[in-house]
Amino acid sequence: MYKIVRKKVLNPTVTQMEILAPLVAKKAKPGQFIILRTDEDGERIPLTVAGTDPEEGTVKIIFQVVGGTTEKLNHMNQGDSLQDFVGPLGRPTETEGIKKVCIVGGGVGCAIAMPVAQEFHRLGADVTSIIGFRSKDLLILEDEFRACSNKLVVMSDDGSYGRHGNVTVPLKEMLEAGEKFDLIITIGPLIMMKFVTLTAKPFGVPVTVSMNPIMIDGTGMCGGCRLTLIKDGKPVTKFACVDGPDFNGYEVDFDEAMSRSRMYFGFERKSHESICNLYKQEAR
Amino acid sequence: MALDPKKHEMPVQDAVVRGKNFDEVALGYTKEVAIAEAQRCLNCKNRPCVSGCPVNISIPEFIAEIKKGEFEEAYRIINKTSSLPAVCGRVCPQETQCESKCTLGIKYESVGIGRLERFVADWHNEHATEKPAKPAPNGHKVAIVGSGPSGLTCAGDLAKKGYAVTVYEALHTAGGVLVYGIPEFRLPKKIVAKEVQTLKDLGVDFQENVVIGKTLTIDELFEMGNEAVFVGSGAGLPRFQGIPGESLKGVYSANEFLTRSNLMKAYRDVNDTPIMKGGKVIVSGGGNVAMDAARTALRLGAEVHIVYRRSMAELPARKEEVEHAEEEGIHFDILTDIKEILGFHNPDDPRDERNGFVTGVRCVKTQLGEPDEKGRRRPVDIPGSDFVLEADTVVIAIGTSPNPLIKDTTPGLEINSHGGIIVNEDGLTSRKGIYAGGDAVTGAATVISAMGAGKTAAAAIDEYLSK
Ligand SMILES: Cc1cc2nc3c(=O)[nH]c(=O)nc-3n(C[C@H](O)[C@H](O)[C@H](O)COP(=O)(O)OP(=O)(O)OC[C@H]3O[C@@H](n4cnc5c(N)ncnc54)[C@H](O)[C@@H]3O)c2cc1C
Ligand SMILES: Cc1cc2nc3c(=O)[nH]c(=O)nc-3n(C[C@H](O)[C@H](O)[C@H](O)COP(=O)(O)OP(=O)(O)OC[C@H]3O[C@@H](n4cnc5c(N)ncnc54)[C@H](O)[C@@H]3O)c2cc1C
Ligand code: FES
Repeated sequence: MYKIVRKKVLNPTVTQMEILAPLVAKKAKPGQFIILRTDEDGERIPLTVAGTDPEEGTVKIIFQVVGGTTEKLNHMNQGDSLQDFVGPLGRPTETEGIKKVCIVGGGVGCAIAMPVAQEFHRLGADVTSIIGFRSKDLLILEDEFRACSNKLVVMSDDGSYGRHGNVTVPLKEMLEAGEKFDLIITIGPLIMMKFVTLTAKPFGVPVTVSMNPIMIDGTGMCGGCRLTLIKDGKPVTKFACVDGPDFNGYEVDFDEAMSRSRMYFGFERKSHESICNLYKQEAR
Repeated sequence: MALDPKKHEMPVQDAVVRGKNFDEVALGYTKEVAIAEAQRCLNCKNRPCVSGCPVNISIPEFIAEIKKGEFEEAYRIINKTSSLPAVCGRVCPQETQCESKCTLGIKYESVGIGRLERFVADWHNEHATEKPAKPAPNGHKVAIVGSGPSGLTCAGDLAKKGYAVTVYEALHTAGGVLVYGIPEFRLPKKIVAKEVQTLKDLGVDFQENVVIGKTLTIDELFEMGNEAVFVGSGAGLPRFQGIPGESLKGVYSANEFLTRSNLMKAYRDVNDTPIMKGGKVIVSGGGNVAMDAARTALRLGAEVHIVYRRSMAELPARKEEVEHAEEEGIHFDILTDIKEILGFHNPDDPRDERNGFVTGVRCVKTQLGEPDEKGRRRPVDIPGSDFVLEADTVVIAIGTSPNPLIKDTTPGLEINSHGGIIVNEDGLTSRKGIYAGGDAVTGAATVISAMGAGKTAAAAIDEYLSK
């Protein structure tokens, strides 16, 4: 069992927890993730390592409540224990040789992007961060990003905070103004990552995308996390949990990935509703 | 007494009833039937059956004890060479191993050795009361990677000799394929749990949720004071066919389909993990894995077709599983090869919820041609014989290979061209103190051979560390 040492609500749908898992805390690098189960009947869900304290033996996770399992997790409190917590999984983000980087995060993807931005900052790279949210109440981690970025742009879809519009707008402006990034890293909804890649393409800047497909084991055993890369015109199957989660944005078949991410849509909606109903009954 | 030419029938759940539940299909012999079956054994001097057993269980000897009603003694004899009789009695391909060599089998049906093994193990599990005594520690520490049959066996043999043994398992439950692959209706999970509990009683420490190569490396296991490491990490990497449409929604590897159902218990409605249920399911392949996937899908309410490139005679699955599958109403489309998986596409509405879901498979009929290197006749496509089978779900069960994770993180560990770890006859790898066995070495094989490899390595580790 893995104890929840601290819990902090970041906004109405995003929560941060620190979990006691000393072996993971010692090993995890930015870009890697863990898989957890809340309870004996729970499903296995992947979440990115948002930070570690190797001395205390804790691992930070930040998650958005989007469905049944994240709802259950959000109902757990400091002192409770998770059934399972395994990691670190996946390959760490490659940082070598990058002097100037642009991090583009969207929504809860910013939680996944934050430790990557911090790592580049620690390594002395010039970090530009563009973070976008649907609206002001959904904003997270602004201070954290400010602390590790040479330049920070906050965007909101509805204009309720920062600049109005989506993250590709300032990215395009910067590229057109002649900013020379060695690498753009983008993490967020698939559709956003697709458009960040398209925006960067005419400028020839390498783009790394962080793919978050549905996963089960996270060790390369099931193939449920597979995605297709187009390499030299030929499709190549990769497993995001072991070959990724970071991939070359120009090679990813985004349309297929978007389709696959909706495989269990009906089931997920039902499961979330029934779990919510359970909590409502308990609250009564 | 006249010799019964036939094996005593194994009582089974009715085919229609069991097609709707996940309870065990085969119910096991009663005491009386077991004794009667044992009496069919001729107790041949040259013991051909023993040579057919990958771990050379003293078969006529344990059967002789059954004849006398000395079941616990029979168990003791099996247990000398096999650590998992309740498992092997259920899942071994006896028809190609011990029973294929049985003298009776020349004229009649062979003795039901597997059924007798299962009877003895179940009898022991039900009646034996004494717990194994924890042996005195010998001061040595050994780590085991993976908790499949090879790892469990190696752990047990070493623990009995007083080694402090820790088993590291990547998943959240110990048992390897026995828990995530083979379904409940063929191997009840409580049997595996009992084997694990027995090891815990012996003092073996189980650390689940530890991925060796990620959470800890093998070199770190040595730094932690382990003097030897056994790698029993299996062959868990699923192969796909490389045909168009494999990324459509509704296409699973058998590992994913079975893991969702078995390990994550998606077949129980109370569980959170989703799985496609019902509709038409096509399973591609002909091994035990394909049978398990097909019969699981059937129990989840589907109409199921197994599509296999060769004929019924070449099906690599256990004979009993094929028979059970047929009885349960699974269709076999043999001499048929899948060329493409077809998906739904509404050209007018990209937001149509059905887009990207499987609708069927395009197949071609085959005929058997020249034998390949292994002597199996190669399937050859018959031109112009294309046809389409409708499907909502497609499960690919064409094989697995060893996961590269351990090789990639253990400098100096040599592997062969199939990804299997190279070992000598003792199970020793190219690195001092690192032993390996089971599917991680051989590629996908059998429970009994994995168990045998665990035993061999345990003996070699003991010798290495006693020096
Ligand atoms: C490597 C990796 C790292 C991740 N890191 C984080 C993280 O740090 N913080 C975080 O909040 N989430 C992260 N995710 C996504 C997270 O795993 C899913 O949100 C979670 O599994 C949803 O579970 P649920 O039962 O609550 O919702 P479900 O009922 O499973 O899904 C609810 C909704 O979310 C969508 N969804 C389901 N799974 C995913 C997914 N993997 N990615 C995107 N959308 C999904 C569904 O389509 C559905 O619309 C990560 C995913 C991966 C693969
Ligand atoms: C569906 C199915 C049906 C089968 N039916 C039969 C049958 O009827 N009869 C028969 O004889 N055989 C059958 N087999 C084959 C048999 O199950 C295997 O040959 C046997 O389980 C191999 O044992 P093993 O110990 O080598 O590995 P496995 O049983 O594969 O166990 C390996 C374990 O190691 C763990 N692991 C892997 N990598 C790591 C790591 N890096 N760190 C920590 N842990 C790790 C895995 O999670 C797993 O639990 C079947 C296989 C499948 C998949
Ligand atoms: S999650 Fe199972 S292979 Fe990646």
